[in-house]
Amino acid sequence: MKSLIFRAVAPFLTSLMVLFSIFVLLRGHNEPGGGFIGGLIAVSALAIYGIACGVETVRRAIYFHPMAIAGAGLFAATIAGLISMAARVPFMTGLWIYPSLLGVEVPLSTVTLFDCGVYLVVVGAISSIALSLEERGGE
Amino acid sequence: MDAAALTLLALSLPFLGALVAPLLTRLLGHNAAWLLALFPAAIVLHFLRFWPEVARGEIVTGGYEWIPSFNVSFSWLIDGLSLTFVLLIAGIGALIVLYSGGYLKGHPQQGRFFSFILMFMGSMLGLVASDSFLMLFVFWELTSITSFLLIGFDHSREAARRAALQALVVTGGGGLFLLAGLLIIWNVTGVTQLSLLSSFGAEMRESPFYLAALLLVLGGAFTKSAQFPFHFWLPNAMEAPTPVSAYLHSATMVKAGVYLLMRLNPVLGGTTEWQMLLPLFGGTTLVIGAVLACRQTDLKLMLAYTTMASLGLLVMLTGLGFPHAIEAAALYLVAHSLFKGALFMVAGIIDHETGTRDVTRLGGLRSAMPLTFVIALAAALSMGGLPPFFGFLAKEEIYYALAGPDRRAMVFAALAILGNALMFAVAFAVALKPFVGARVETPRPAHEAPLLLWLGPALLAAKGLSAALLSDLTHELVSTPMATAIAGAPRQVTISVIPHVGVPLALSLATALLGIVFYLNLSRLRSFVATILADIGWGPDRGFDQFMRGLVRFSVALTRRLQSGRLDVYMTTTFVVVAAVLWGAPLYYGELPNAPFFAGDVPLHELAIMAIAVIGLLAVVLAADRLTAIVSLGIQGFAVAVIFLLYGAPDLAFTQFMIETLSVVVLALVMTRLRLSPSDHRPLGQKIPDLAVALACGLGFGLMLLKVTGIPFDASLTEFFNLYSKTIAHGANVVNVIIVDFRGTDTLGEIAVVMITGLAILSLVRLRAGSMRRIADNDPDAEDRA
Amino acid sequence: MEAWFALLVGIFFTVAIYLLLSKSIIRVLLGVAILGNGVNLLIFTGGRLTRGVPPVIPEGADALAGPAANALPQALILTAIVISFSFFAFLLVLAWRAYEELSTDNTDEMRVAEPQDEPAPPLGY
Repeated sequence: MKSLIFRAVAPFLTSLMVLFSIFVLLRGHNEPGGGFIGGLIAVSALAIYGIACGVETVRRAIYFHPMAIAGAGLFAATIAGLISMAARVPFMTGLWIYPSLLGVEVPLSTVTLFDCGVYLVVVGAISSIALSLEERGGE
Repeated sequence: MDAAALTLLALSLPFLGALVAPLLTRLLGHNAAWLLALFPAAIVLHFLRFWPEVARGEIVTGGYEWIPSFNVSFSWLIDGLSLTFVLLIAGIGALIVLYSGGYLKGHPQQGRFFSFILMFMGSMLGLVASDSFLMLFVFWELTSITSFLLIGFDHSREAARRAALQALVVTGGGGLFLLAGLLIIWNVTGVTQLSLLSSFGAEMRESPFYLAALLLVLGGAFTKSAQFPFHFWLPNAMEAPTPVSAYLHSATMVKAGVYLLMRLNPVLGGTTEWQMLLPLFGGTTLVIGAVLACRQTDLKLMLAYTTMASLGLLVMLTGLGFPHAIEAAALYLVAHSLFKGALFMVAGIIDHETGTRDVTRLGGLRSAMPLTFVIALAAALSMGGLPPFFGFLAKEEIYYALAGPDRRAMVFAALAILGNALMFAVAFAVALKPFVGARVETPRPAHEAPLLLWLGPALLAAKGLSAALLSDLTHELVSTPMATAIAGAPRQVTISVIPHVGVPLALSLATALLGIVFYLNLSRLRSFVATILADIGWGPDRGFDQFMRGLVRFSVALTRRLQSGRLDVYMTTTFVVVAAVLWGAPLYYGELPNAPFFAGDVPLHELAIMAIAVIGLLAVVLAADRLTAIVSLGIQGFAVAVIFLLYGAPDLAFTQFMIETLSVVVLALVMTRLRLSPSDHRPLGQKIPDLAVALACGLGFGLMLLKVTGIPFDASLTEFFNLYSKTIAHGANVVNVIIVDFRGTDTLGEIAVVMITGLAILSLVRLRAGSMRRIADNDPDAEDRA
Repeated sequence: MEAWFALLVGIFFTVAIYLLLSKSIIRVLLGVAILGNGVNLLIFTGGRLTRGVPPVIPEGADALAGPAANALPQALILTAIVISFSFFAFLLVLAWRAYEELSTDNTDEMRVAEPQDEPAPPLGY
């Protein structure tokens, strides 16, 4: 894509979208949103960045290989399930703790960890697909 | 360790031995046989502990639960019958292991052979010790499989491969008959344990399914025990190394069918059908086997056919129903295992030391192999039924049973005399002829066999002598409990080695005299039988080849018909079936939905969205260029997303928007590479039937949906989620709570799928051009040539 | 309103299956994509339609009372959308690679796994 405006705007747009995707991920438990949607928003962000500035730039920007991100996500999701087993409740039972950070009560749970895992798998796997196709398509 | 655990260990010992056998053989060479023989020896020792109880007529059972919901247990039954079998299998097994150590000395795959033999031993032990039907069947098939491995041990020869496959097809197929028969018995009596079965005998015999159960069980037993006309696999199985022939195909495995008949005698036996079918098939097998044995010149084949004849005799005796017939069967079974095992091993020794098994090319080995000669003679005397050997006792008991006055007894007595006389002749043709007369030059200079080779047959022959001399003890410990178990009622065996003047002795003498006549005229007899067989020209053995070839041709034809290799044919078949299912059931049951009522409760903007979706769909179908197709695909997707949004599913709508965007992007990326037109090139003659199938499916799905929405909705699951997602799972967005919490494990599987497709796409993209063509050739040898 | 949806789903399936039955690999791909949407709509309608109210428990309430859209089919469809996209992308790449290797887009000519003139298996042992 040769448009100068697009190339100039793309990094900002991408970062905003990634931020928004994390917001969607975290609010997903109580409002529309969640790991799948958040992940897809992030993938779109990366795809736009890739079209604007080239796949190589994106690969450098995300630092890790996309499939590594997906693997980490799947790992996190599995761990979230296994923690329950360690606590002697059936696999995948949600566990919640409410630690107080700087006077604010923050609800943390294995479910949140699991949703983050979903997010990472979607981001990793689908951006890997999109990026590898963009790479070949541009040849 | 309690008694049950110890028995379980004993039953699994052979399999443990099979595990360590290759390693031990690599370390110790053929001397590993000494260590490996300890496994069966330990089993013998363990089961000897049951002897006092069993001799008192008690039945020992034990075991573990396996599948309690199906009433299937892993349990064993030790009575006179199974204990005798266990001791024969493990005892002869130990000797066979030693013998294999000498016979296959230096063979590169000796460890594998030990492993197979021990696995077979474990299966056979499990078969005779099992109490539950399912276990019996599993071990029954295991013996078929291990027998397949052993017959095909020398797998580089086609004859061995054919024999192995033949044995597997015949005995494995028979196993399926047996399974069906056992299932019928289970259904009729309601028990799955052999030990409980004997009290259901009357119920079983009066059941309308009796004949079906009997025929199916006989199908299993006759194939396994090589009864005519399923006998042909047994002589072919002589392709196996001699220890296998001695062990499987004379002493143990082929007796499994006889064992089954004996075991089921109290349940199925005693009826007219039983007393007609068993003696009929058994008697036929006896005579045919004995006659065919005379025709052979190969030592092993001669013995194989007499084994078939002996099995026929056993089946006949089991089915006759005369007093003393069961006792005779019990005695003959033990005697046969002892002398036939020994004779096979002697044949193996002769083959091993001289290089030939052809009886016409052997003679005068007496001086070179004196010990082997003595062993062979002792075994042959037992086989010929001469005193003071155990075979004599068995033969006397047989004639004692058959010496009845009625015509039926006389027919079978005549059959028995003919068969026994022929076997007498063959026994001495095997054990006497090679050793006496003038010395004949053999491919290898003959000399006496090493210890490992002669130890087994010597012990078996000695056992045949001692068991007869100590007949009172033998009867008390073996024959009486065994006959009692077979008959299902107390029996007493009393026969001793001292001849009593009477009809049985006269019949025995007649047999021996007739046998001597046959022996002296053996070569004339041989050519006579050969002429008759040449005139017939067809046998079940050739029939097997024809059957197998027909099977392959049939499967090829069927596969070609069903798997045309064309995607559109598969697709059309699939969707025609889908349409048939969608339309067939509602039409058959008269459950078509009412005529649809297109109510005005859908506002105009929603109808407009639906119309846009339909326009997008039609545009995809009619698109003439790539860009139109991609954009139209996007249009229908976005329309669906808007529908989701309108009907209270913002999560779905967002996901759909994102996915459609990405779809359009990747489709555009790939399409630029593909440079293919999406327009339809098919002729109209193809389009119309395809459209008809598609319309039938589409309408069918529409009708189904109409019907489904017409029936009351069961919202209990949804209500559960609505009620508890906040209180239990601390989330207000019910959809998300279901995904990550209530159905979290499901989602875990789904993200794994996403991840795997990601990996698959990555590797597909990275495959270098041309690499797929190499895979496509699918030629495993190409790699070797390269 | 179910009747309208049944009609729409029927059209989705008809178009998808018509495309799947053609021999051109591109059209088969488009058919797969549309079939996914059709199935999702089928499940969505089967779980009954409620206009406008998403299944989100309002602030302060403990349970979702009153009419709201059925959450269960939504959860099923949400994952189905993502999976069918991965599947679609995989098929797309597969088709593209197959076209590169075999130089044809006609499924009748893609017979690597089941060649037309496959020799009969040997009759020996």
